[in-house]
Amino acid sequence: MNTFISIVRRDLQLAMRQGMDSVMVVAFFILAVMLFPFGVGPEANILARIAAGVIWVAALLSSMLSLERLFQIDYEDGSLELLALQPCALEITVMAKITAHWLTTGLPLLIATPLLAVFMSLPSDGFWALLFTLAIGTPSLSLIGAIGAALILGSRRGGVLLSLLVLPLYIPVLIFGVSAVDGAISGLPIKAHLLIMAGLLVAALPLCPWAGAGAIKQALET
Amino acid sequence: MALFSGENILCFRGERTVFADLSFRIQLGEALVLRGPNGSGKSTLLRLMAGLLKPHDGTITWDGENISDDPEGHNAHLHYVGHADAVKPVLSVHENIVFWANLRANAGPIEAALDAFGIGYLTDVPGRFLSAGQKRRVNLARILASPAELWLLDEPTTALDAEAISDLEREIATHRASGGMVIASTHTEIGLKDARILNLDDFRLTEDAA
Amino acid sequence: MYLYKFGKMIFHKYANPTRFLKLASTIQPWAAAATIGFLLAGLYFALLSSPGDYQQGETVRIMYIHVPAAWMAMFCYTAMAAAAAVGLIWKHPVAELAARATAPIGACFTFLALFTGSLWGKPMWGTWWVWDARLTSVLILFFLYLGYMALSNAFDDPARGSKASSILALVGFVNVPIIKFSVDWWNTLHQPASVIKMDGPAIHASMLIPLILMAFAFKAFYIWVMLMRIRGEINEGKIRALRLRQVHGGPPSRTTILEKTTEGAR
Repeated sequence: MNTFISIVRRDLQLAMRQGMDSVMVVAFFILAVMLFPFGVGPEANILARIAAGVIWVAALLSSMLSLERLFQIDYEDGSLELLALQPCALEITVMAKITAHWLTTGLPLLIATPLLAVFMSLPSDGFWALLFTLAIGTPSLSLIGAIGAALILGSRRGGVLLSLLVLPLYIPVLIFGVSAVDGAISGLPIKAHLLIMAGLLVAALPLCPWAGAGAIKQALET
Repeated sequence: MALFSGENILCFRGERTVFADLSFRIQLGEALVLRGPNGSGKSTLLRLMAGLLKPHDGTITWDGENISDDPEGHNAHLHYVGHADAVKPVLSVHENIVFWANLRANAGPIEAALDAFGIGYLTDVPGRFLSAGQKRRVNLARILASPAELWLLDEPTTALDAEAISDLEREIATHRASGGMVIASTHTEIGLKDARILNLDDFRLTEDAA
Repeated sequence: MYLYKFGKMIFHKYANPTRFLKLASTIQPWAAAATIGFLLAGLYFALLSSPGDYQQGETVRIMYIHVPAAWMAMFCYTAMAAAAAVGLIWKHPVAELAARATAPIGACFTFLALFTGSLWGKPMWGTWWVWDARLTSVLILFFLYLGYMALSNAFDDPARGSKASSILALVGFVNVPIIKFSVDWWNTLHQPASVIKMDGPAIHASMLIPLILMAFAFKAFYIWVMLMRIRGEINEGKIRALRLRQVHGGPPSRTTILEKTTEGAR
């Protein structure tokens, strides 16, 4: 537990000091959503109809942006092999790094969401559903994405490859996230959606750090 | 029985045999120097010893127990210094070392570790301002800040000047005097008293006293 | 643990590429012959000897390619994940090669299923593509194959590529049912209006025969091409080993030592 907190704290410290990572993720999120009124026209009805989907897709893409660097920097400067040589399970280390990733991308996205809901004229019935699905959906995205981030370590092409690996696996989270918001807007019960999303998160919590640690171990075998 | 030993280790890299039938053993207080030309497998052997790599055949044991049975337990026994120094550019020297020391159960005083390598005056300097030699000293101070029995040093003298090398020799001697073990690969001469030498050259695996 | 040892016993026999190559060269001509035989028979029944469908007309004949291809798309992914698991758990070199060799074949079958589905959809649904649950799942499966292939070729060290892609194959395999379930769910929410349900009355024997024959043909084709690809990969490995000896070998005397140690080690 001590190790977990140390690593989360270090990663947050690094994110704060070396830059604007979180700010850029949020900027990308807002810009990506902003493109849609230009693409489909500013008519409030159309925007309201696609708001949930657009915000969810943009959030998904933005959380993928910083994923490439999740393990890459530690891999290049030798920190990752030292982390793997500590007397605590590598799975815990991976979980700590995923937590830090969510705190620096998922959480800022969540904070920016109300603004985008206004931009996209999201019906007010869907607002809380949107926030809630993003709150339980973005951790799943960070968890699943971490496997991809670990698999591409040391590969010739990083970012594009990562999106090819990760995006198909993101589809279930997207489907349930968006349909929950759409359901809330049309006044349907959405408990089932939320339970399934929570189920995805609960399943990803142990499995993804395990698979990620496995991928890191074989990446360090060079 | 030796505390840390390897028997009949076989290792492939891709389609190439790096070494076959390699054995080594090291007791408390001893030092082992790995010699051999580029590509002879010095780094590979150190990574095998650290448990980062698994041998394709043969066993590496700590106190009679295979290290792959309890990798985390083995990690607690060792410090590894590789080619990269793992110094974060935005963290100060002190913060860099404190982070690694806190991951261990037995973190010692940081200042003493820094002074041992003559970088006490750099405590507050962020990593990005350090030269290659200073980064290497930070990395070496890291292993002093939380004691562990076994040091695995892969070319530890890279980028170090004469003064720092003598600091390293002194720390290795102190470590061995208190019962520690050191396994190092090196091109340059490094003054280690009664170190045993393992030649990885041409697969002539001779083990003899220096 | 017992399972692990049991598997080690079974798989160990064919871990040696030389023994595998011998087995492969025996099977390969039979697989080739079976492919051609089943294909000719299947195409005869599919194109000439079976009736057109009362509802779908002659376009139903596309199904004799489409349905077996879709079966193979699923089958190859399962086979790939199984081979990847064997490669990861038992460190079996030929299993890793089999997983790598399966991926492009599976991707081709998946593409064939999508393509023929689209050809069938135009006259039947009046459009090349609908976001039908089945089509969408197969499209995602196609991207899973592409991701696997891209990852396995993304590293300078091919051993690293096969290990990383094996992990991906397993992660993908766990995800396939989740993706299928979520796409089905999504599809019932957004039911496209023009879909005609495929499941009519039970299939008549005259249609079943070509379907089964084609399925056998595809399976034999898979075995044939997979063995060919594995042999190719093994030969490529030998070439790489020669190159590495050029780099690391130094004087010729040392190369002989290396040769001996390798032989002795195996």
